[in-house]
Amino acid sequence: MSEVSVDAKESSQNPSNPSSEGRRKFLTVATSVVGAVGVAGAAVPFIASWQPSARAKAAGADVEVDISGLQEGQLIRVMWRSKPVWVVKRTPEILAELSKVEDKLKDPNSQAEQQPAYASNQYRSIKEDILVLVGICTHLGCSPQFLAEGAFTEYEEGVENGFFCPCHGSKFDMAGRVFKNVPAGLNLVVPPYNFIDDNTILIGSDAEVA
Amino acid sequence: MSGFLSWIEQRIPMMRVANMHAIQYPAPRNMNMWYAFGFLATIVLVNQIVTGIWLTMNFEPSAERAFASVEYIMREVDYGWLIRYMHSTGASAFFVVVYLHMFRGMMYGSYQKPRELLWVFGMLIYLALMAEAFMGYVLPWGQMSYWGAQVIVSLFSAIPVIGPDLVEWIQGDYVISGATLNRFFALHVIALPLVIVILVFLHIVALHEVGSNNPDGVAIKHKKGSLPESEKTKWQIHEYYTSKYDIADDVVPFFPHIVLKDLVAFAVFLFAFCYILFFAPEMDGKFLEHPNFEIANPLKTPEHIFPVWYFTPFYAILKAVPDKLGGVLTMFAAIGFLFALPWFDRSNVRSWRYRSGLHKVNLLVFAAVFVFLGYLGGTPQENWKITASQICTVMYFGFFILLFIYSKNEKTKPVPERIPR
Repeated sequence: MSEVSVDAKESSQNPSNPSSEGRRKFLTVATSVVGAVGVAGAAVPFIASWQPSARAKAAGADVEVDISGLQEGQLIRVMWRSKPVWVVKRTPEILAELSKVEDKLKDPNSQAEQQPAYASNQYRSIKEDILVLVGICTHLGCSPQFLAEGAFTEYEEGVENGFFCPCHGSKFDMAGRVFKNVPAGLNLVVPPYNFIDDNTILIGSDAEVA
Repeated sequence: MSGFLSWIEQRIPMMRVANMHAIQYPAPRNMNMWYAFGFLATIVLVNQIVTGIWLTMNFEPSAERAFASVEYIMREVDYGWLIRYMHSTGASAFFVVVYLHMFRGMMYGSYQKPRELLWVFGMLIYLALMAEAFMGYVLPWGQMSYWGAQVIVSLFSAIPVIGPDLVEWIQGDYVISGATLNRFFALHVIALPLVIVILVFLHIVALHEVGSNNPDGVAIKHKKGSLPESEKTKWQIHEYYTSKYDIADDVVPFFPHIVLKDLVAFAVFLFAFCYILFFAPEMDGKFLEHPNFEIANPLKTPEHIFPVWYFTPFYAILKAVPDKLGGVLTMFAAIGFLFALPWFDRSNVRSWRYRSGLHKVNLLVFAAVFVFLGYLGGTPQENWKITASQICTVMYFGFFILLFIYSKNEKTKPVPERIPR
């Protein structure tokens, strides 16, 4: 604004030259800046309309799971981004079994990046007992079955609990780790998740960094 | 009739433009068949636009209907199969002629001063063409459409900080989805074709300003007043050129002489094009990959994912670098180095006919490396191929580095003043 007053003073002092250079330059710059702001503003809706739409956001939103009623040895299914996600509360016996099967697994130490960093442990979970997995076989996308309390021995001798894919016979242990000699090559995927409180899991995002 | 034509001419300069850019445009008389690929590229562009318009009449850009609508075009629309195969074969033909067109420019130094911008506009067309082809390949919503898009779009996730958000923004969803398909359709049929047509126009404007190069790399425009009358061309050349330069007796008018020669090339091209169109439109899985005859399934990854053949050299470079971000940067650098070719080459001699043996070998090795990278990137992964890709990637960049080093003081043959008879 100060420039305007300076220009105004100049032109009043010099009435014979109303179109002073400084005034023209100021008007050119001011018009260009306003124009550029206008263009930038008009670009916002075009760029923003590429963001996931409200429908896509709703379909892909994080899912809250209440596990207060989850019993030991029980599996519940929730849908997240149109995929089945399993939440399993593992018993101490099941957890003990995890160490026993390791020599039968392709990737017992979860080397392949099929899980977030915080689930890159033997249990492939944040809390030892609570397992969260995307329930889709890494071979061809079928959803494996949960076989507990000895039902799994039919497919893998000496192992009581596990996941068995009925499509092509891939087998996974109770941490979603794939067995040797089956078509699937990778462990089951652990989705990003975090605990809001002891009884609520939020599937879809990592814990917020404080 | 002439009254009507002059009535028009006074209102829009039809004849003036036709004379300036075709009938009285000076073209070097030694232009050989390598110079037909620009013309052929224009023909293929027209083919893509016309067949593309017809395809949109029956194609439905949604995840639910896209695959079925392509099958509908292939099986139930009269001549739909022909129009669709003309479009898909045309896409590969486009890259064939563009790669040969680029190699021509490299052989004869057509990128050298004063044609740097002409080369840069050409490279921009090439870049826009790659984006256009990639998005077009997604539209049939087959397995390779989906997983190819997955691989290419996820390249952007390697960008630090903004990467994951950028991928979401490009996809319009958390995964590749119908939203992605719809926006790629919009870009493929409207945005990028417009960009390409405008760039082609600018490419030709720039070409006609600096004039066509030729296999000898000898200038046809000489300083005004430097040529005796006997050495000037007898053809009628437009005043726009003759007023600024003396045009040597080394030129012919573009129309009809060069156009007729280009038409011969077009006839030969049509034989090859139609043979593929009618007898091998899938080109054994190279032009249309086999997994793309299966509808996109986000839960089932195909055993091998390759881009279409024209991207495979860059795909091999991407895979050669063990680090994801490093791979992406190296791949884009490979294209960036091509852009900067006019500044890597510091020689004043254009055509390789008068350049050193080292230069000829360097260029031929570069071409061979590019083709071999294409093979490595387009066949199933094996251990030796990773090493081979790494060696070839070094050789690819080595071409530019070597060129920069030796071209400054290169031992060249004397370039004739005039095009040799």
